[in-house]
Amino acid sequence: MKGSPAIDVRGVTKSFDGKRVVDGVALRVEQGEIYGFLGPNGSGKTTFIRMLCGLLKADGGEGTCLGFDFLTGSREIKNQVGYMTQRFSFYEDLTVLENLDFVARVYDLPDRTGILETVMEEHGLAARRHQLAGGLSGGWKQRLALAACMLHSPRLLLLDEPTAGVDPKARRDFWESIHKLAADGLTVLITTHYMDEAERCHRIGYLSYGRLLTTGTVREVIAASGLHTWSASGPDLQRIVQRLTGKPGVEQIVPFGTTLHISGIDPGKLEEAIRAERKPGTDWQKIPSSLEDVFIHLMDATRDNFP
Amino acid sequence: MRIFNFHRLAAIVVKEFIQMRRDRLTFGMMIGVPLIQLTLFGFAINSNPKNLPTAVVIGDSGPYVETLLHGMKNSEYFQVLERLDEAAAREALTRGSVQFVLTIPPDFSRSFLRGDRPSILLEADATDPAATSNAISTMQELVRSVWNRDLAGPLAGLAGSPGPVNLIIHSKFNPEAITQYNIVPGLMGVVLTMTMVMITALAITRERERGTMENLLSMPTRPLEVMVGKIIPYILVGYIQVSLILVAAALIFHVPMMGSLLLLLGAAFVFIAANLAVGVTFSSVASNQLQAMQMSFFFFLPSLLLSGFMFPFRGMPVWAQYLGEVFPLTHFLRIIRGILLKGNGLAPTLIELGPIALFLFVALIVGVRCYRQTLD
Repeated sequence: MKGSPAIDVRGVTKSFDGKRVVDGVALRVEQGEIYGFLGPNGSGKTTFIRMLCGLLKADGGEGTCLGFDFLTGSREIKNQVGYMTQRFSFYEDLTVLENLDFVARVYDLPDRTGILETVMEEHGLAARRHQLAGGLSGGWKQRLALAACMLHSPRLLLLDEPTAGVDPKARRDFWESIHKLAADGLTVLITTHYMDEAERCHRIGYLSYGRLLTTGTVREVIAASGLHTWSASGPDLQRIVQRLTGKPGVEQIVPFGTTLHISGIDPGKLEEAIRAERKPGTDWQKIPSSLEDVFIHLMDATRDNFP
Repeated sequence: MRIFNFHRLAAIVVKEFIQMRRDRLTFGMMIGVPLIQLTLFGFAINSNPKNLPTAVVIGDSGPYVETLLHGMKNSEYFQVLERLDEAAAREALTRGSVQFVLTIPPDFSRSFLRGDRPSILLEADATDPAATSNAISTMQELVRSVWNRDLAGPLAGLAGSPGPVNLIIHSKFNPEAITQYNIVPGLMGVVLTMTMVMITALAITRERERGTMENLLSMPTRPLEVMVGKIIPYILVGYIQVSLILVAAALIFHVPMMGSLLLLLGAAFVFIAANLAVGVTFSSVASNQLQAMQMSFFFFLPSLLLSGFMFPFRGMPVWAQYLGEVFPLTHFLRIIRGILLKGNGLAPTLIELGPIALFLFVALIVGVRCYRQTLD
């Protein structure tokens, strides 16, 4: 199986009550790759992941997940996939050890005690083994969930917003673990709203209204957007916003703290539009568009296409 | 800040109404259940049972016997089913297929004509005293007056008390008509039904409400594994309840224990499993814990009222009796009363155990089919 992609699906579609939540998504993720799934809330990320691991039945589509037909092979897929839900979904009235032991039994793992000890050690849970899961803080709950997902040594890890509500330190630790696991050949599909996390992925995809709008490495995605950006810093930025809004060539103005990012597709028109604003006192610079600029642009663009 | 603000109160009231309306099933049950129960129980329940099946052992037929049987039929309390020999009649009484056995001695007519006041024997299955008491007092009245027209001429002197015939009544299985003997074993069935169904009804809905279901579904667990896995621990709980009630029945209420306790424990296993299966099925059908609770209550109430626990089973109209036969409690009541009070053995127990096993089987199938393997 080595060499074939971990996920290779096409035309994946799912509707709820006649509303298309996932609309013809094609996705290919290589083994050992960390693939970041981005997109606004309700764009279909969770639904797509749930279809991959057999929690939801896809209305249409074809392809394979871990070499199994993703429509009919959900039983085999479940055995080799670790799925970490968006909401903590282990038993809060069980201790860390009891939760892990439960998962180990469900997967019918040999030498449970040995595996449990190793996993708890790896994830730093050993000292908290007798603590009730419900009493853990967000970061520790997330560690427990990750440990539980990894117990049966899955080949594919599906992580649905694993770092939501987790502090920066815990997030960094978490990403370190993910990269370590990927280096050992594990494939990871992860959804996130954080740009810094997107940049830690090997490749990313942007989902909006159920459609995969763009995919590639961060650099590729930025390049493909064709977006040009100027930054402005100085006094009275709010005035500049008012004057530039709606001018031809200016497609979006996004405040980043004390600077503004002004972006557009056509570099000539954009420069033309801001020429009048380039006065002393305000510092103007042409900068490479950031991932965030690109995503905001994508979000606005799709909003126009799908009212 | 006022202590009580009517706008704040209104906010809560309005919110409650909105939530009530959102949960269609719950709302429907709040309106529908009382209606169903009113019609169902209003027509079904009758604490004065009539048409009780009666077997007659006739040693002597003749006009006087016919008069008596006719009078019994007219009283509406007795339904003379069959004329059996003694052994068959006894067995029918033990099995519970008849409520009374009436025995007419061989030389009844002759003794009657001679004015010897022949004795007739009415044996009653008195495990449930409430089911027989009215019929027995009617019989006593009947024996005094049914032959009044026949008592002319030389027999005229027999009219009036004490009557021309000596009626002997044997209340079998519970001769002192102690209600506890009937209620306490029955309570075992009721308690098991109530707790077993409710506990498990919450089992899967709780997983769904707490979000742990998503996790469980993403793992390779099969529906039957989840269901049976959720049933087994509570079988143990059920046995703890059984033991507690048996000990209390023996020590506090002095309920006789005629039959084999081992047989009872064996029968209890099927009964407990059937109730748990219903609970798990409710659990996989209901979408939240409130609905699961309502469903179990919807199951529990008719179990209680139509099983013969609260009111004599034979007091209900035939359609309600058929409905009552569906519930495991109905059969378990017959089993436990039979074993404890009548000393029933394996054969009569198995006859009642069959329907419970069938119920368990159907409930499990429905449950497994309704168990959603996906979140759709």
